[in-house]
Amino acid sequence: MFSPTILIPAVLNGLMTGAVYALVALGLTLIYGVLHIINFAHGALLTAAMFAAYFAYKLGIDPYAAVFVIAPVFFGIGYGLQRFVIGPASHADDRNMLLVTLGLAVVIENALLYAFRADTRTIEVPYAFSSIDFGFTFLAVPRLVGFAAVFVVALALWLIMTFTDTGKAIRAVAKEKLGAELAGIDVAHVYAVTFGLGTACVAIAACLLIPSYYVNPSAGNAFVLVAFTIVVLGGMGSVPGALIGGLVIGVVESLSSLFFGESLGQMGIFLIFIAVLLVRPRGLFGARA
Amino acid sequence: MKGFAPIVVVVAGLAAVPLLVHSNVVLNFMVVTLMIALAGQGWNVLGGYGGQYSFGHAAFFGTGAYVTAVLQVRYGVNAWPAFSCGIAAGAVVGAVIGGLAFRSGLRGSYFALVTLAFAEVLRISASVAPITGAGVGTLIKLDLRAAALQFDSRAIFYWVILALVAVALIVTRVIERSRFGAWLTAVRENEDAAMALGVDTFTVKLAAMTISGAITAAAGCFYVQYFLFVDSGIAYGTWISIEALLVPIIGGAGTVFGPLLGALVVKSLGEGAQMMAGAAPGLDLVVFGCVLVLVIGFTPRGLIGAVDALRRRLRGVRPPPVVQEAGHG
Repeated sequence: MFSPTILIPAVLNGLMTGAVYALVALGLTLIYGVLHIINFAHGALLTAAMFAAYFAYKLGIDPYAAVFVIAPVFFGIGYGLQRFVIGPASHADDRNMLLVTLGLAVVIENALLYAFRADTRTIEVPYAFSSIDFGFTFLAVPRLVGFAAVFVVALALWLIMTFTDTGKAIRAVAKEKLGAELAGIDVAHVYAVTFGLGTACVAIAACLLIPSYYVNPSAGNAFVLVAFTIVVLGGMGSVPGALIGGLVIGVVESLSSLFFGESLGQMGIFLIFIAVLLVRPRGLFGARA
Repeated sequence: MKGFAPIVVVVAGLAAVPLLVHSNVVLNFMVVTLMIALAGQGWNVLGGYGGQYSFGHAAFFGTGAYVTAVLQVRYGVNAWPAFSCGIAAGAVVGAVIGGLAFRSGLRGSYFALVTLAFAEVLRISASVAPITGAGVGTLIKLDLRAAALQFDSRAIFYWVILALVAVALIVTRVIERSRFGAWLTAVRENEDAAMALGVDTFTVKLAAMTISGAITAAAGCFYVQYFLFVDSGIAYGTWISIEALLVPIIGGAGTVFGPLLGALVVKSLGEGAQMMAGAAPGLDLVVFGCVLVLVIGFTPRGLIGAVDALRRRLRGVRPPPVVQEAGHG
């Protein structure tokens, strides 16, 4: 009923949206893999980063340049939050961590609402609507940039994890916390670094999104619910799972919006989410529940 | 009857409020506060006693609200049976979500996530389904008669919600002192150990979630009768999921009076913040979130726990040692 001329662009666009989803999910899964908590503040941090990118643009800095400032700043924010708020406040209890991150989400989101009201803002970059002709379809430049950037970030993350001492420490803590502690690794520091890396991922995602998306105080929520789905689908803590899951969900969303309309397309994601949680909570690539 | 005396005293004290205060603003504030306390009491049964942290209690609040409204508006059912059906529907939704989630063995973060997802699915469904009035919402006709469960005096509404809160307090106390309550606490403290001792943890959690759903749904039913309007954002919005878990945690999860105390404190703080900085959206929730983080950081057993610790210290009794579960990482 739909010809390839509609389906192929829908799939490609889905893949590109999915790449940004994957980046948000990557941050989430990284934090889960090491700290074993679901960071409910992830969406609020994404919104905060989108506001940062928005105001950077108002100061005359292009989002693709601003990322080199915003990502380190958000790494610092994430580090500080884990080291000085989440860690001390939760007394190493999983349920408390859950609640503290939820509390942070409420605070960040509503502080943004209080400061900037519910208005939706967009920026107008010259390349927002430029696209490249591939012969069989057109693809928007901001989305192509986003798609490429996600793989650069994933590669960079993999290099950090594999070849640096910090990366080794993170992997050690993720595998065996007590053992790592006995070997002289500062676990509180590693937790904070991991949280910082996860937060830097959403900061990069924010800069990639802002040229073609809008920002308001609840803009991040839509992404983070999708990111939860991806992380659950791909397996909590699994990095390849997050990447593949992100792309799959992007395509599913794009196609189901095409067939069923916008709001039901969103519901399709939640139904997948619930189904995966109920049937196979460790996800497609996850090692354990 | 020993454990019930404090409930009688507290409820009697609260019942006197409309006799002393005639300001509609204050009464309205108290009605909303008690409604949140009721929603929080529902969360408390499952989260406070059973340790199953739900992030989606809006699923029950909204179901109660919608069932009460839709039965009246579309099927001409009288408000009283509609109200009761709303509570029953909340129990059913609790049993269904609980049945699915616990059957799959979801715990901790996973349970929080799946409840959140169910609430969102219900919200999106309600925002498109014609029977709920889709995006427009459902309005209940103004009919200020007791037979229609509507009253022209706020004081009577206040006593209605107070009566509901009183019932919830009694139910919680009965649970707390029953064998079922002991099983529930055992599940919270260590589910595997409880199972090893022969506790049917699935049934215990399921029963707790059913009761929890019914209590929180009652708050939703009351919301509709009081405000005479409901839409998907109110009914299934994240605001109620958050407030329902905020008040018991801040007041003291797993205690009978925790949600009531938490609601009074939290709502007063929110009101105070609005008064100081002018009414602005978001400000009260910033305060709630900060209080939540501070309470977890400094008094994990909530305000009741803090008062308890203070009393022990004044009496010169050493606090009981805090046993911490080893992290499984």
